[in-house]
Amino acid sequence: MAKLILSMDNLVLKEIALTKERTTIGRKPHNDIQIDNLAVSGEHAVIVTILQDSFLEDLGSTNGTVVNGQPIKKHFLQNSDIIELGKYKLKYVNEAVTGQAKAADFEKTMVLRPGPVRAAAPPPAPPAAAVPPVAAPVVAAAAAAAAGAKNFSDTVAGQSATAPPVAPPKPAPAPQKNAALQLLSGANAGKELDLTKPLTTLGKPGVQVAVITRRPQGFFITHVEGASFPVVNGKTLDAQAHSLNDHDVIELAGVKMEFFLKT
Amino acid sequence: MTLSGALEVASCTDPGMVRSHNEDSIASDGDQGLVVLADGMGGYNAGEVASGMATTVIITELQHLLVKRLPYEIDAHSGQLVAHQMLHEQIAKANTSIYQAAQSQPQYAGMGTTLVVALFYDNKMTVAHIGDSRLYRLRGGELRQVTKDHSLLQEQIDSGVITPQQARQSQNKNLVTRALGIDPIVEAEIHDYDTKPEDIYLLCSDGLCDMVSDDDIGLALQTLSSNLKLCAQHLVQTANDNGGRDNISVILVRVLRDYPAPRSIVGKMMSWFK
Repeated sequence: MAKLILSMDNLVLKEIALTKERTTIGRKPHNDIQIDNLAVSGEHAVIVTILQDSFLEDLGSTNGTVVNGQPIKKHFLQNSDIIELGKYKLKYVNEAVTGQAKAADFEKTMVLRPGPVRAAAPPPAPPAAAVPPVAAPVVAAAAAAAAGAKNFSDTVAGQSATAPPVAPPKPAPAPQKNAALQLLSGANAGKELDLTKPLTTLGKPGVQVAVITRRPQGFFITHVEGASFPVVNGKTLDAQAHSLNDHDVIELAGVKMEFFLKT
Repeated sequence: MTLSGALEVASCTDPGMVRSHNEDSIASDGDQGLVVLADGMGGYNAGEVASGMATTVIITELQHLLVKRLPYEIDAHSGQLVAHQMLHEQIAKANTSIYQAAQSQPQYAGMGTTLVVALFYDNKMTVAHIGDSRLYRLRGGELRQVTKDHSLLQEQIDSGVITPQQARQSQNKNLVTRALGIDPIVEAEIHDYDTKPEDIYLLCSDGLCDMVSDDDIGLALQTLSSNLKLCAQHLVQTANDNGGRDNISVILVRVLRDYPAPRSIVGKMMSWFK
């Protein structure tokens, strides 16, 4: 469950859980988060929460809303974003991201059903006057549909009502070292070829082609096309990928080259 | 009707690095120009049952129908293209089978599956899809996503709530708005596209596109196009290297040559007089 931590001058004032679809922030007492300070507008901003995602929207406030130092109109909140309203700071904490969820629950696909379920969902909150009229129904509909999804997964799939947390995909950890090929024979002898791309092809299309793949575990050479297979250190490879070691000599389409790791 | 020699098909499916089950299911028939991929969901082994039912029903029924009927003709009763009609009917049949199994067997309650089907005929393909399994096309070095997901995230992108860049960070990736076998009736999205020799089509489950960027998919298709089997394995391997959090399935189809429909003598005569 995502929450906000309200603070001023590095002093934590309170924690607010984002349990509602719409959490309003403003100076007036009817707001979910009331900040009684003249720098804050009566209806300052709203946070719309759709399952695990939260969106912050400025409601046309006098002094504006700042996230991580940037003034925003609408913002997709990420874990540990800092929202600034005058002297006050609100830190957005989404434990779904920071907490260690069970790996097996990651990204279980679930169905969201519009129609009958949406009708059964609680009516969307009346849009606040300051919300742009176009955005309001869309967000409300999505939120209602999201509520429907919860009902569905609860009753039919028998899973917990909250969607399993999903961490954003991490880029592949690059191999420790960089590597390159140096041509030892042929017209371009002496030339170096850096292996920076995830895939680098070698050889002549239609005659003989091999590919070097850059993986977290290291570099691998694999035969792609042609009747003859690449030769590494005098040994002919088969169709399987072959792990390359520093100073391996590759022969391909009549050209010799040396693989080496760069420091 | 057979397309033998016009298409090259390669596929690969893998449970990934985290899951113990593979709930994806794939089937293909290159000679009939038919490829099917499904990503099942539901507790225990129900996901596998749903996706397996979907691919089996659709591929076997269409194989039978394609012997008798020509997909590029117009059906006399409905005025619809036969390909569309066949896909509509068989997807409905698969939906009913899964739905009824889910209703009658408590261990299958709530199971469902996404689906993407491509049928190739007459230098064209008809694509039907439900949910977030995708079809991409590589043409002239450019990768394009052909199908549009039926997912909460896609709806949010369409309505402008979030941008596609933010979508990659979203926590709500796994919510589909349409699936096979969940309701008594389901509507598949069906479209036709022209194909060209040298096109490469990729059908994949979200286990691939969530873990591998479109750029890396494009690079792999381009670099390894001469060895489709290796290319499919490489895509699965890349998804696993990046974490492999979901099941990964890939079907690749390369168009080797034109495959125009054989027109009848009468049809040819008619076209001369036009």
